[in-house]
Amino acid sequence: MKFAVIQFPGSNCDQDCLAALNGMAGVKAEYVWHKNTSLTGYDAIVLPGGFSYGDYLRCGAIARFSPIMASVVEEARSGKLVIGTCNGFQVLCEIGLLPGALVRNRALHFICEVVTTRVEVADSAFTHGCPQGSLLRLPIAHGEGCYFADEATLRELNERRQIILRYATADGRIDASANPNGSVENIAGICNREGNVFGLMPHPDRACEARLGSADGLKIFQSMIETIAASSERAA
Amino acid sequence: MKVKVVVTPKAAVLDPQGAAVRDAMQHLGMPEVQAVRIGKYLEIEVDEKTPNLEARLNDLCRDLLSNPVIEDYEVVK
Repeated sequence: MKFAVIQFPGSNCDQDCLAALNGMAGVKAEYVWHKNTSLTGYDAIVLPGGFSYGDYLRCGAIARFSPIMASVVEEARSGKLVIGTCNGFQVLCEIGLLPGALVRNRALHFICEVVTTRVEVADSAFTHGCPQGSLLRLPIAHGEGCYFADEATLRELNERRQIILRYATADGRIDASANPNGSVENIAGICNREGNVFGLMPHPDRACEARLGSADGLKIFQSMIETIAASSERAA
Repeated sequence: MKVKVVVTPKAAVLDPQGAAVRDAMQHLGMPEVQAVRIGKYLEIEVDEKTPNLEARLNDLCRDLLSNPVIEDYEVVK
């Protein structure tokens, strides 16, 4: 099973993603430079965190015009799994694969801490290994992670069960005290309508080793691996 | 020719920078300041003889210079 980890100039979690994925059984993850134009042969695509193009103009605004992004859109439309963490989430919103946008944190600070997120959808391609209401301890590290969407979009996200993760208190409540950055409805991660594109501000790639604080990120990658395995079994 | 583009956050979008500057202005002796919104201002040098300039510029304002989900833009000549 092959994962592509896209490298933009300014990506800085590409190595974390590669190391996390290559530590998992049966997975081979490779870097794909953003100037490439093909993603043929990969089973899943990872847009890593970082500061692509220095976050100039807006986070992800320039990266979304990188040559590789046409293939990312094409593969996403064909149903391939795409995950964007942090800056990757911002790029997915900028290019329109995910609704809404990420703006400056409510308190203006860059936030670097471990947060609790609650799994809101237990049967998504990215979280089916986690029963509904499971709490995942994941690091965040961002200055522009405040998720915004207008009311109509929010209603649709809720109705279609596209809100996959919300920031929660340690005991699993969703309230303002658990919201690190001002995101509407404590949203930490959403998927597209088809359910194959997932963007989240937390870093599962930095939570893959219990000795380093948390291994909860593995649950997301493991869910992806199982989804891909199940779909290739169906195809066979 | 110099084209000026002003990009502003939409009213519904949280603008914590604007709020921080409003607070600072109030502290510095202007309690009458009610709200501040912070956007972006771009000056673009462009060859005015280019055909179809205005439409192409508007396309890029929409696609690159602003994000229509959170921002409005205005082209000022």
